[in-house]
Amino acid sequence: MSNLTEIRWHGRGGQGAKTAALLLADVAFQTGKYVQGFPEYGPERMGAPITAYNRISDKQIRVHSNIYDPQYVVVVDESLLETVDVTKGLKKDGAILINTQRTKEEIIPHLKGYEGEVYIIDAHKVSMATMGKYFPNTPLLAAIVKVAGIMDEETFLKEMESSFKHKFASKPEVIDGNMAALKMAMQEVQ
Amino acid sequence: MGKRERLSGNEAVAIALRQINPDVFPAFPITPSTEIPQYFASFVANGQVDTEFITVESEHSSMSATIGASAAGARALTATSSCGLAYMWEELYIAASNRLPLALALVNRALSGPININCDHSDSMGARDAGWIQIYAENNQEAYDNMVQAFRISEHKDVRLPIMICQDGFITSHAVENIELLADNEVKDFVGEYEPENYLLNPKQPMAVGPYAITDYYMEAKRNQAEGMKNAVAVVKDVAKEFAKISGREYGLFEEYFMEDAERAVVIIGSAAGTTKDAIDALRAKGEKVGLIKIRLYRPFPADELAKALKNVKAVAIMDRAEGYSNHGGPLGADVMSALYRARSQALAVNYIYGLGGRDVRVEDMESVFDALKQIVEDGDAGETYRYLGIRE
Amino acid sequence: MASDVNKLGVKTKWQDLTEGMIIVGSGTSKEFKTGEWSSVKPEFIEDKCKQCLLCVPVCPDSCIPVKDMKRGAFDLEHCKGCGICVKSCPFGAITMEGVK
Repeated sequence: MSNLTEIRWHGRGGQGAKTAALLLADVAFQTGKYVQGFPEYGPERMGAPITAYNRISDKQIRVHSNIYDPQYVVVVDESLLETVDVTKGLKKDGAILINTQRTKEEIIPHLKGYEGEVYIIDAHKVSMATMGKYFPNTPLLAAIVKVAGIMDEETFLKEMESSFKHKFASKPEVIDGNMAALKMAMQEVQ
Repeated sequence: MGKRERLSGNEAVAIALRQINPDVFPAFPITPSTEIPQYFASFVANGQVDTEFITVESEHSSMSATIGASAAGARALTATSSCGLAYMWEELYIAASNRLPLALALVNRALSGPININCDHSDSMGARDAGWIQIYAENNQEAYDNMVQAFRISEHKDVRLPIMICQDGFITSHAVENIELLADNEVKDFVGEYEPENYLLNPKQPMAVGPYAITDYYMEAKRNQAEGMKNAVAVVKDVAKEFAKISGREYGLFEEYFMEDAERAVVIIGSAAGTTKDAIDALRAKGEKVGLIKIRLYRPFPADELAKALKNVKAVAIMDRAEGYSNHGGPLGADVMSALYRARSQALAVNYIYGLGGRDVRVEDMESVFDALKQIVEDGDAGETYRYLGIRE
Repeated sequence: MASDVNKLGVKTKWQDLTEGMIIVGSGTSKEFKTGEWSSVKPEFIEDKCKQCLLCVPVCPDSCIPVKDMKRGAFDLEHCKGCGICVKSCPFGAITMEGVK
């Protein structure tokens, strides 16, 4: 089971954390992996804290429980740091990726003494610069692929482009912005 | 040729239905099964199927319309969950007693109350005596494969009974996982054309469906109906064999996992079986002789085969994702224990209620069940046979 | 054959019943002689009859045959003796014990 990567997403209803988890499952699948992408099952409630999960493995995934000891945590909305125990169970040799406009130094005190690696990205900046609207999940998807080393950048971008072409077949004008967001996010994550 | 994909369980079932291209699909939405008719409606709109898709105003009507269509001679089905199934109650019995080979894609969800939209098996377990064939899935792949096999079983001349293809709400219905799909023509050829012997829209041979039967007839009618259920066992096996030829995936009445030398076993239905397999792998690595039986066919219940598969175990935990309020366990527990009793089994058996209303089942939870079985074997006594798994107390 | 209606009967074994108790064929109710359900029957007084045929559609058991626009004698093999025809006749051409 050593090749199993488990990721937990924390967001708010409507921010696209579930979609990001499903997209991540999608791209990882394209590279031949076994994947799981699923939301915390419950009614859709805009603004309420939600959790989504990913498992990515070289072997068939049979377990059907939530993820309690993830290797990676993605925080889509930093206001959740104050209300949700986002680092709960997070492995020390793992990492947390947070969408914030603050610096790492400002963020770390809010992580309840988490000793693993901390990455930040300003998804708002990336999203506004590339897409002109706030869609945090696209930059965060690129950032977690890079942080977790799920696949190399070139393969990721290639797979995402074909995925976007399929997904946005009816509005191809948004594909360039989304691709630019992915590329910029990979540079911006720190 | 199989096609590798990644799909949620609902998408997978919807695709199976597109490939089957049924004649009639009446539908009314309810979480978590809504996506099945939703995806299917897009197939209708895109002209990928020529199904008559009927949007009705309730589940009472969706099942009634399915029954009407089936009696008329159509291959018909609907989808639902939870309260939707409860609202079909009367019709479930009508479909079965009229020997109509229709299908229901059921996405298992708890019944109220407290009101809850998450997975447990209380909906379909409540319908277990309605005379429907019930087949359950561990994951999206099995939900898809079972749906492809459904009409071959239900329409078989020795069976002619409605069939319920069940999967776990949200846990498999909404989780995207890897899956291998069959080619459209493979499914089409496998399922074949539906050619009913008698049907209402046959102008050459008028008929009446659903007559009143007085006491003089009723019991014989029910016994006749039971024969279809008896025959279903062999048909389920035969259809699975043929399915293996086109898919490479083998199915039986239930799946045995490390049962050859198992001293302790779990009997379970649905998605938690996969989680249990991981627990078994971990325990086997420590040399513990543990195994699993995952029920696929729950109605009719494969009692004799199951007792045989369990004949060498010292202790068994039967896992129910539904309450029975009998004060001694759930429906699966009752079925398995009576099977063991009839086979004069010496196994010590306990019945767990678990995972109600979507309560998460972890690998550790299933390890704790095997631990409890270890204690039971050591004690030589089952102790309390009606237990709750992971309850706060 | 599982759908042979002639096999339906109170002495039929479960093995011989039709599947789902379906009744295949049309007009099978003719085989069911409901006439024995009552001992009192309507009487047709042809002399008083004006052939208005008002009695024909009201009979729940279709026991009043019509030929060449004229009604004939009652089909007493199926008449249950309900007396509705007596009430429907404006000319007193149908009588029955106990019905006014």
